[in-house]
Amino acid sequence: MGKLKKKTGAYYLVNTVLTAILFTVLFLLISGRTLNNYWSGVVVLICINVILAVSLNLVTGILGQLVLGHAGFMLVGAYAAANFTRAVVTNGTMSLYVALPIAMVIGGLVAAVFGVVIGIPALRLRGDYLAIITLGFGEIIRVMANASFLQPVTNGAMGLSVKTFSNRTDPGAMFVFAFVVMALVIVISYTFGRSRHGRSVIAIREDEIAAEAMGVNTTYYKLFAFVLAAFIAGVAGALYAHHIGMIDPSKFDFNRSVEILIMVVLGGMGSISGSVISATVLTILPELLRGFSDYRMLLYSIILICVMLFRPSGLLGRYEISLPKLVDKLLHRKEKAAKTGEA
Amino acid sequence: MDFITQLLNGLGLGSIYALIALGYSMVYGIVQLINFAHGDIIMVGGYALYVMLVIAGMPLWLAVLAPIVVCGLAGVLIERLAYQRLLTHNAERISLLITALGVSIFLQNLFMLLFKSDAKTMPPMFGSGVFELGGLSVTYSTLINIVVSVVMMIGLQMLVNRTKIGKAMQATSEDAGAAKLMGINTNKIIIITFAVGSILAAVGAVLYCNTYPQIKPTMGNLLGLKAFVAAVLGGIGSIPGAMLGGYLLGVLEQLTKAYITTEVTDAVVFAILIVVLLVRPAGLMGKNRKEKV
Repeated sequence: MGKLKKKTGAYYLVNTVLTAILFTVLFLLISGRTLNNYWSGVVVLICINVILAVSLNLVTGILGQLVLGHAGFMLVGAYAAANFTRAVVTNGTMSLYVALPIAMVIGGLVAAVFGVVIGIPALRLRGDYLAIITLGFGEIIRVMANASFLQPVTNGAMGLSVKTFSNRTDPGAMFVFAFVVMALVIVISYTFGRSRHGRSVIAIREDEIAAEAMGVNTTYYKLFAFVLAAFIAGVAGALYAHHIGMIDPSKFDFNRSVEILIMVVLGGMGSISGSVISATVLTILPELLRGFSDYRMLLYSIILICVMLFRPSGLLGRYEISLPKLVDKLLHRKEKAAKTGEA
Repeated sequence: MDFITQLLNGLGLGSIYALIALGYSMVYGIVQLINFAHGDIIMVGGYALYVMLVIAGMPLWLAVLAPIVVCGLAGVLIERLAYQRLLTHNAERISLLITALGVSIFLQNLFMLLFKSDAKTMPPMFGSGVFELGGLSVTYSTLINIVVSVVMMIGLQMLVNRTKIGKAMQATSEDAGAAKLMGINTNKIIIITFAVGSILAAVGAVLYCNTYPQIKPTMGNLLGLKAFVAAVLGGIGSIPGAMLGGYLLGVLEQLTKAYITTEVTDAVVFAILIVVLLVRPAGLMGKNRKEKV
């Protein structure tokens, strides 16, 4: 038992060190302008997409429910946060460095409220209502964002300009925020899956009736996982808004939700490392294959169908790639080799 | 009088929702799958009609048959290629849903590549005149919509209740395993259900193109969503329920459009879905089935 505990401690240490190294390298590359504007933008986008994919994985992988309105939660979070920073930064109450974290929390909370409102009717019931109700939410929130009585908040299809960090004086700021949030979200999701709450959610996924019979409050835990994912999507929306500097409802359409979903499905439903990898690959790939953009969604849909037909749990399934474990394995092999050599 | 006119217009719109909702309801009743691609079947039907009528220049009576054949085939093909393997392997529900979603995105993007993403205008087809009686004035197409939908529903009820295939459908939806043991070829029944649902959607597509003469590749999204809401409102799995839900939804939407504002109609439809799920999840005419362990 003691050995196991020591091992987890060591695992955490290795992970923290590796994350810190990755962060430092990327930060130096971006703030030193070794990576040009375009590619440092892509790095931030990767962080945001990882956040989105990991949060969707909480519902799709751990809870086993389909959510098709993740872009809708992003939209809500993005507009809430953008309006907040516009107000406080313009009149000089706060600098953006202070305002952005607050704006992210606000964006997340507003998205979570929407999550509760549409989660309660959908999740009280058995069956697939969550899929269709989130699909409806995603479509309709986008239509509503264009409505004339919401113009003062959303500025409709014209788009709302958002405060951003000056690229000239501080090119690394946005990256720092995105990376820190990404790391936090990954840690939260990973520990959630292994916590008391997470195990209840997994029990519901495996067998809702049995879980209920064991005394798990199914509605509460389903709602909990769903609202947590909505909250994180709202935070990601806030980050996204302050990254691109100009938001309009068409940036949060159904295709965006599908893109996030395909990251989760391809990486493996229930595998956080799978989501991280596929979000990274699927963000870089379209940048490299620009001429391919007309066929991208067509290809995505074919991939979705084929993965479901031939490997329904996604490429990694529920398997987690763990770097410390990998290191451990390599060391052990050496130890073993040394031992056999002695003998 | 104005109110009655709006009511009739709502029923005309509701007839289209009802025809599409029937497909959702039937498929859900048999395989418990929300067939996301069903909305896009309407889009396929719309384009089939457009190709025959505008590009090939066929006469109207022949062109109207095209969507029915094409949609029926598309429904069967989708079931065969995408769903059958999952259904026979008893796959998880979420896999089925994601596959259905994949089919929907595939169809939308395929048609976007084939016909570009901008809207195409349909030529006027039938019933463009206005029927007037007292202060009442409705277009003939609205009346045609209502009549066609009622005829289709009666036909469907006859098919389900009076024929051997219909009995087999009911048995499969009640208990697929037991139906199989009784010698019913459930695979065949599932295919027939998809075909019938798609043909009803094709009829809906023709009526839709006649009433709102514009088609585009993404039109199936919202139309499918509303029809699904209609199916849930009426009680999913019930044929008269789907019809009732469709009419109710059409009327409600038309009345909001006429008396409140046109901007929030979609949100109203969505709010109806939420309220129904909260208050009466089995729908107006649905049976509240207890789940057995």
